[in-house]
Amino acid sequence: MKIALSFAKRIATAIPSIIGVVVVTFLLARALPGDAAAYYAGSSATPESIAQIRKALGLDKPLWFQFGDYTSRLLHGDLGISLSSGQPVFQDLVTRLPASIELTLCALMFAMLIGLPLGIAAATRPGKAIDHLCRIIVSVGAAFPTFFVALGLVYFFYFRLGIAPEPLGRLNDTYFSIPPTITGLYLVDTLLAGDIQAFWASLSQLVLPSISLGLFALAPIARIARASMLASLSSDFCRTARAMGLSRTRIVYGYGLRNAMLPVINILGMVFSFLLGANVLVEQVFAWPGIGAYAVNAVITSDYAAVQGFVLMMAILYILLNLMVDLAAAAIDPRVRYDG
Amino acid sequence: MAKSKSAIARMQAYRSHTSLLIAATLSLGLLYSSAHAETPKDVLIEVAEHGPNSLDAMAPAANEFSQMASWQLYDRLITHGTKTLPDGKVMYDATKIEPELAKSWEIQDGGKTLIFHLREDATFHDGSPVTAEDVKWSFDRAVSVGGFPTVQMAAGSLTDPKQFSVIDPHTFKITLAVADKLTLPDLAVPVPYVVNKKLALQHATADDPWALKWTSLNDAGGGPFKIGSWKSGDRIVFDRFDNWKSGAMPALKRVVLREIASPGTRRALLEKGDVDVSVGLPPKDYAELAAAGKVNVIGTLMQNEQFNVDLNVTMKPFDDKRVRQAIAYALPYDSIMKQALYERGEPLFGADPATPFAPKWPVASKYNTDLDKAKALLKDAGYANGFKSDLYIDMSQTTVQEPMALLIQEQLKKIGITIEIHKVPGSEWFAKMGSKSMPMDINYFYGWLDYPEYFYFWTYDGKNNSVFNTANYSNPELDKLIEQARFESDPAAYDAIITRMNTIAMDEVPRVPVAHLYSDIAMQKNVKGYVYWFHTHLDLKSISKE
Repeated sequence: MKIALSFAKRIATAIPSIIGVVVVTFLLARALPGDAAAYYAGSSATPESIAQIRKALGLDKPLWFQFGDYTSRLLHGDLGISLSSGQPVFQDLVTRLPASIELTLCALMFAMLIGLPLGIAAATRPGKAIDHLCRIIVSVGAAFPTFFVALGLVYFFYFRLGIAPEPLGRLNDTYFSIPPTITGLYLVDTLLAGDIQAFWASLSQLVLPSISLGLFALAPIARIARASMLASLSSDFCRTARAMGLSRTRIVYGYGLRNAMLPVINILGMVFSFLLGANVLVEQVFAWPGIGAYAVNAVITSDYAAVQGFVLMMAILYILLNLMVDLAAAAIDPRVRYDG
Repeated sequence: MAKSKSAIARMQAYRSHTSLLIAATLSLGLLYSSAHAETPKDVLIEVAEHGPNSLDAMAPAANEFSQMASWQLYDRLITHGTKTLPDGKVMYDATKIEPELAKSWEIQDGGKTLIFHLREDATFHDGSPVTAEDVKWSFDRAVSVGGFPTVQMAAGSLTDPKQFSVIDPHTFKITLAVADKLTLPDLAVPVPYVVNKKLALQHATADDPWALKWTSLNDAGGGPFKIGSWKSGDRIVFDRFDNWKSGAMPALKRVVLREIASPGTRRALLEKGDVDVSVGLPPKDYAELAAAGKVNVIGTLMQNEQFNVDLNVTMKPFDDKRVRQAIAYALPYDSIMKQALYERGEPLFGADPATPFAPKWPVASKYNTDLDKAKALLKDAGYANGFKSDLYIDMSQTTVQEPMALLIQEQLKKIGITIEIHKVPGSEWFAKMGSKSMPMDINYFYGWLDYPEYFYFWTYDGKNNSVFNTANYSNPELDKLIEQARFESDPAAYDAIITRMNTIAMDEVPRVPVAHLYSDIAMQKNVKGYVYWFHTHLDLKSISKE
């Protein structure tokens, strides 16, 4: 009951921020340089044709009127029509979000599988070779631009060696049939559809983009894992456990790791939401039909509706994610449950 | 000791775990690539940076690729034949008009009445027959929706629904106030195409009487291809319409157009043979691909095109003709051709000063890099010590325009002119052009219709002063000549007018010509039947694979 109440409180505090996001995104989209009407009048434009398009888009109305119109539609779940894709923004986001989520989850998985053991190993043997290795990997992972890594991977594994599949998005539909949408995640949907071939194909499509994106997330995860593991292993309870003669494994995994997980879970939440928005370049290189590329294109073309929809969706996702991180933290650490 | 032992064991576990993972992921890729190297013979895979945002190019915000989609999905009354150039490239022939939906036509009344006889067996994709009612409704729509389609229709003197009438179910009539040689060619462009009236009207609303919302997302055509599937921003699939009657049956059963933002990826996919055609690569890639010879690169000189540096004649110091000429003498033409364009175009400079300009477009200017002449002209104009100015480039074109701008900046420094370079985002570019607020900019224009005066009308005409007249140039004499040329029927008089127009444009240089660009496309060697069209897009019905 108390937990339910605290969650309700948390959701309630999110409402003002959502309203704030709506207002700010509306104003920011209008503050973008450029004239959407002139852009869409395109070639052979005349002042009259630009004026006609401005009218058709409702851009000739006063700002407050446009805002009122926007919010009333929003309440009906209508995010408007994206000018650059010609589709309703809501539909665009719904079809593209699973692609980004699948990619981001796989990248995060990759980063965790490498980063966590690396960080833990570095913490258990500070100053030794593994610690230096950890530092090198972390620096390199953070320093290399994802775009460069992605193109490099495509060049070697696809172009030179020919062992990676063609960077043509999520699934090459010339050879495989796209699974019916249930979750939107191809890895899950192909299995649900019982299409093992397509499952492997979509998994192999995910490998290179996940590594390019995951390398980027590796650094914060390994660094936090190392730091919090160090703090946890040098804390009083671990010293006591060691003094009591408990086995090394028990100390490291039973006490050290469990206590070190809290900051790691927090950083995972942050990294996930960050990756979700930041995978633009990876999406562009691998023709991944995700939301990152969509958002950038929307900004470049002054596609107001799409920009607003994207920012709104990201804001809501952040709020949900924070909630999930809180839940996970409460499950791991009982102290969190009793905090205010 | 026990401690270190367990540590080592753990370390080994990590190490083996990590290497296992890497090995697993790599072998996975190994298993599921190279299973397929070549795409099927009747399927074409094309990659491009962008795709259509509408299936109907008449919709208000339709982009350039919508014209590509409309071209495949819809029939026009007439089309053009093709011609083979001396170098073996094939392009459409503007002088050859051929039947498409209309099997024949009559031009009466000194060109003021055009009567079209439609094919009786043609149907739309939904199976309903194509009638003159559909044609009339489509033409009414094109002149009424406003924006680009209406402007394009007006270029052929088609402005009023009253001009279009139905004589019988398979006969359609157009009447003109004055005979216009541009009317017939304007019927072959991807605007006056024939839409399924009955189907579209089922989805019309009070706000949207022409059903543009529905046709922008759905197929209402009768062209050689119908829509298989479409995911905007990702891919569009065209399937052959097997009941197509308006021409020879296309060889391809299916065409997939994939949108891939990164040009590096597009090139890699082509070189590996996973895709058949790649469009919109940077000139450097086309030059390298052409040199490597693994794939076919076809570069056809674009029709009625000029790539140039605009100088705004209403802003100081470019209001002085001598300053504009000084810039025309100062530009580093050769390095631009080599380092920015990679020779994917023909020079439009350095013509023989003694020969008069040919009555065609584009023509090469008589300027060539000559810094002494440039300095003398600047001194004459009172700018012996140079001046400061701003050069604007389109951010979506930076692969070519940025190196070019830097070359210009470096060169002009030598004659005392300091240039600041500004990159304008794509969305702002048309607004910037329309506001005529850029003192210098890099720009290009090409016309769908191949007449010099058509180019002039959009770019040099002060009365019309369209968004493309970025130099804000206005010259009453030239304006009059442009209008005269359009309706001049005597070839000798016409040629004299065009030569005079070219002389004015080159002497006054509001636009400093640099190059006549290629329309480039790269494809696998087994892809045949490519034809260059004025709209620069791929005409899918002529393509086949060996």
